[in-house]
Amino acid sequence: MGKRIGLEVSLSAAEAVKMANVDCIAAYPITPQTHIVEHLSELVNNGELDAEFIPVESEHSAMSVSAGVSAVGARAFTCTSSQGLALMNEIVHIVASMRLPVVMILANRSMSGPISIWNDHTDVMSIRDCGWIQVFANNGQEVFDHVLFAYKVAEDKNVMLPFIINIDGFILTHVIEPVEFWDQDQVERYLPNFEPVHRLHPDKPVTMGGVGMPTIFSEAKVAQDEPLKQSKSVIISAWKELGDIVGRYYKPIETYRSEDADTLFITQGSYGETVSMAVDALREEGKSVGLIMDRLWRPFPFDEFREAVSQAKNLIVIDRAISYGGQGGPLAIDLRSVLYKEKNQPNITNFICGLAGRDVTIDDFKNMYQKAMEKVKKHTREEDFEYYGVRGK
Amino acid sequence: MMEIVESTNVYAYKLITKKDYFAPGHRACQGCAEALAVRLVAKALGRNVIVSSATGCMEIISSPMPYTSWRVPWIHVAFENAAAVASGVEAGMKVLMRKGRVPKKKMTFLAMAGDGGTSDIGVQALSGALERGHDFVYICYDNEAYMNTGIQRSSATPFGAATTTSPAGKVIPGQVTWKKNMPEIAAAHNIPYVATACPSYPIDLITKVKKAAKIKGPAYVHILSVCPTGWRLPVELSVKAGRLAVETGVFPLYEVENGRYKFTGKIEKLRPVKEYLKIQGRFRHLSEEMIDTIQKRVVEEYEKVKKRVKMTEGD
Repeated sequence: MGKRIGLEVSLSAAEAVKMANVDCIAAYPITPQTHIVEHLSELVNNGELDAEFIPVESEHSAMSVSAGVSAVGARAFTCTSSQGLALMNEIVHIVASMRLPVVMILANRSMSGPISIWNDHTDVMSIRDCGWIQVFANNGQEVFDHVLFAYKVAEDKNVMLPFIINIDGFILTHVIEPVEFWDQDQVERYLPNFEPVHRLHPDKPVTMGGVGMPTIFSEAKVAQDEPLKQSKSVIISAWKELGDIVGRYYKPIETYRSEDADTLFITQGSYGETVSMAVDALREEGKSVGLIMDRLWRPFPFDEFREAVSQAKNLIVIDRAISYGGQGGPLAIDLRSVLYKEKNQPNITNFICGLAGRDVTIDDFKNMYQKAMEKVKKHTREEDFEYYGVRGK
Repeated sequence: MMEIVESTNVYAYKLITKKDYFAPGHRACQGCAEALAVRLVAKALGRNVIVSSATGCMEIISSPMPYTSWRVPWIHVAFENAAAVASGVEAGMKVLMRKGRVPKKKMTFLAMAGDGGTSDIGVQALSGALERGHDFVYICYDNEAYMNTGIQRSSATPFGAATTTSPAGKVIPGQVTWKKNMPEIAAAHNIPYVATACPSYPIDLITKVKKAAKIKGPAYVHILSVCPTGWRLPVELSVKAGRLAVETGVFPLYEVENGRYKFTGKIEKLRPVKEYLKIQGRFRHLSEEMIDTIQKRVVEEYEKVKKRVKMTEGD
């Protein structure tokens, strides 16, 4: 078993990237991603990681370089946040369509403007439909494990898709947590060398990224979406294998005191741990409350969600992003459509909160529970979602 | 007639390989000198190359799925990032060879883009890649406008030229700005090799591309690629127009090796610019006054190169 070390989550994430023996890291500095790439450049410059560190002139080039790296069959890593993600947006979509298994950590941060360096999920939700596999991490250990997991899944010959690990900026990236490292031999057992289906090489010329005329475009897109949907089985088995090696078993969604609960909170990312404490407090008050934490975001775990909420009367969905002019936050919108036509349709109350890193405490979640119960009684549509804790509203 | 043209006449058949790595059957317009340039570059580099291409004419005409004109490995990702993709290809391959996961082999990493993909939208990625010092060759195929989208002006469009976004209007007579000097911008990065070339001088072009590939570190080759469609030129005059661009001094052929400038073909006396302009429909509307302005500027710019050649001559 690996050593347990107290380390900033960013640094342990970089250590996991090192253990994954990546070949190239292309990155451009942006808060709060910086500690990850700073540590990686240290590891490279100190000879602890045999890789090329490519200090590109923009995030657009970070993703473009990663595409080139991956196309020759080398292991690519990059890392960004908010505006950086927006700048590389164009290439993020193309990398998925070209089936290049780049792995990216997204240190989640608000999208401008107003400009803010703090945490929410408005960046990742802007690329929800980009075709990458996407997970949310709850804590430092999950980040560490999922770096290795990401390469395992992304590079699987039946998958060959890029992978985003979402980590809440500052809330996770900048805290010190105990993380159990893997032994290098565990990594080697789990994660084989990257052997691409095709690689750019003169000995066997291939053309990558050709033009898609209307006669072939739709077929190309379906051929991209199918493996993303089907990647779920690879994801499940890669989690199983991970659990068998290090003893931590992950699932597409995690549940906490949810089995007999009338009301379920639904969260993504680091809020899960805070809400679990609110659940404990509410349980002590005799309330029938539980929690569902969404780890796998794309491909969406339809069956797992339907199953997990099948007995619940009320859902309180916590969103960290806005769909301007839309029907609540992205997670709530997805869940409503997932549960459409289900036999037992729960009430869905949606709170958008914690934008740009504003603190949301255990008491806030307890307060949201009360508000949700009142809303359910009223049944008013316009209250289907609420910006929680906003002044002057 | 220039020296280099004469040598082409003498040696062409012996020196240019018959093998084509950019296959015929692509969809370029008749008389496309850019496709000709690409073909010559592919001949110069041979089979051990990985090409990273920008979006543009050459990408569209050569890669309609499921067909390809490329007999060498080729990748296209987007418009502005050929230099960045090539950086990744080079870095990735270097690591794989270093770690022994791919057998060691000498190969050239080529990035290619048009003038828009180079001097406008791609200039940042290019500057970054040159500055970082990747061992690659960047080729700009300059046909002086966004031809693929329908002849819109770029920063490489010459003064006075009519395009669909710099039309010869009643008040504004075509392009009002002077062509951005991309080879000089590349040279300002202090990279080991910069050259200008034109497929109207095939041996010169091939020699420069081979040299660019051989030199360690970044190399930049700027190729004037006559576009009959966009220049409103009879297709059979493509090669001639390229020669006139050189012989009038509009597009001087030179190279910059480790900071040293050298003309690659002597021109005893520049021909009048008018001879170059008059065969092209995009300059049809130019007044005598504008032609004079262009003539003056061409001589001025040519003298600048001459001065640099003189300044950096062997000590």
